[in-house]
Amino acid sequence: MARSVTTRGKAINTAIAWAVGLLIFFPILWTILTSFKTEGQAIAAPPVFLFFDWTLENYAIVQERSDYLRYLTNSIIIACGSTVLGIIVAIPAAWSMAFVPGRRTKDILMWMLSTKMLPAVGVLYPIYLLFIKLGLLDSRAGLVIVLMLINLPIIVWMLYTYFREIPGEILEAARMDGASLKNEIIYVLTPMAVPGIASTILLNIILAWNEAFWTLNLTAAKAAPLTAFIASYSSPEGLFYAKLSAASTMAIAPILIMGWFSQKQLVRGLTFGAVK
Amino acid sequence: MATQHSRSAARIMIAPAVILLLGWMLVPLVMTLYFSFKKYLPLRGGDLGWVGFENYSRFVTSSSFWPSIATTLTLVVSVLVITVVLGVLLALLLDRPMWGQGIVRILVIAPFFVMPTVSALIWKNMFMDPINGLLAHLWRAFGAEPIQWMSQASMPSIIIIVSWQWLPFATLILLTAIQSLDGEQLEASEMDGAPPVKRFWYIILPHLSRAITVVVLIQTIFLLAVFAEIFVTTGGAFGTKTLSYLIFQRVLESQNVGLGSAGGVYAIILANIVAMFLMRIVGKNLD
Repeated sequence: MARSVTTRGKAINTAIAWAVGLLIFFPILWTILTSFKTEGQAIAAPPVFLFFDWTLENYAIVQERSDYLRYLTNSIIIACGSTVLGIIVAIPAAWSMAFVPGRRTKDILMWMLSTKMLPAVGVLYPIYLLFIKLGLLDSRAGLVIVLMLINLPIIVWMLYTYFREIPGEILEAARMDGASLKNEIIYVLTPMAVPGIASTILLNIILAWNEAFWTLNLTAAKAAPLTAFIASYSSPEGLFYAKLSAASTMAIAPILIMGWFSQKQLVRGLTFGAVK
Repeated sequence: MATQHSRSAARIMIAPAVILLLGWMLVPLVMTLYFSFKKYLPLRGGDLGWVGFENYSRFVTSSSFWPSIATTLTLVVSVLVITVVLGVLLALLLDRPMWGQGIVRILVIAPFFVMPTVSALIWKNMFMDPINGLLAHLWRAFGAEPIQWMSQASMPSIIIIVSWQWLPFATLILLTAIQSLDGEQLEASEMDGAPPVKRFWYIILPHLSRAITVVVLIQTIFLLAVFAEIFVTTGGAFGTKTLSYLIFQRVLESQNVGLGSAGGVYAIILANIVAMFLMRIVGKNLD
């Protein structure tokens, strides 16, 4: 928009926007700061903001006491595993719906979306029971499967919207030149689809990382990821703000960084293409 | 032609995704329906036979049913109103020219990436704790008695936490929609001397209506399923038991699977009603 704005107007906008932005971000900032305090400073009255003795001891204690790395490993395996598995299943489906649409393509897409809306709590017991019967309770494999299934509709949809933007003429040209279906996918489609696939992977790792219904209900000690690790801090034990903050910071840092890269994909992925 | 060949290839390529999702949907759904007609107590005798619709009537006549519906509606409606109103204002603000726009955007979006257990726990302990919480310090600084957030203001607490998590989502989508607004129309109205309020009411808001609908529907589906935020804060006490949480307690905590499954069927029906509206909007966009 070519609206002319005075420098003064811009300065006022900037001030208000920054104030609001910092206010919204403040709980995260405060958590990060508190993670570097001693427990005493963490509950000091009045609260100390920046002028305290910065320390890393909380991070060491959290790792030592609760084996942070094990939960982190579980989170990484579950988030990445479910995403990769989902992508493998979704690419062929999204490809064929985008390039060889049939009469029922739209219905299939809508139906896939509808499975995403099934409330988890409505099927909690059956899944729980199946997990016991199949020996999947508290296993990483079990969570990989469940998270793959709950995110599969989003993965298919995102890939579908990306694939549809690839011009069909290019594929036709490749076909005219005698490219087989396999070659068409490997040499023509894949290079053009890589950015879309990468965005899809990014958003779905974030969603899987933060999923907090199945990860809390289907794990105990062995396969628990970071969501469950943090939940174990819900019953306070003495002075624990600084340690809670350190644990929280470690749990959200990787995804916060990834999230900043995926802002744009977020809109596409979570609105199923309804807002562009 | 090659179309016949590629059609059948296409079908084979869709098959794994469709079969997996079909299984994921049908198997648990059928099991939930099956259990909902049984008296089934895994820890107290197991399968005690068919009971018809008894679980369904018992679930809705239990003393915690209507309060749970009221709690669910309070949570969903409050969070929707807060996030949409503030989201529109924030989107308008972020759309204006400023220095460091990218950084401000990042600050505003950040809460969405915080896992639910973390956001609930840092709010509960570091902000809402009546002794050491930051809000308690703030209240005392103004000479007021700190609020016992989790017990005396349990619903407002959870509404604040959940709104904080979802405000970035609403803002981001509404900002995307505002940015697609035709600048010429706005400029024309500006030249005609339309005051900002009128411009907002007659041009910007109608343009946003579709995005607002999408935000409302998608958030409703996620808000009906809010779980971790209640699990780690009040555990369903102090009037924060939503329908989802009530079902969770029936199924896993008191292990009354038949009763919980009947509740699950109600939740599924409720979610489907919301979903129907969302699907209609998304479906229109596909053509």
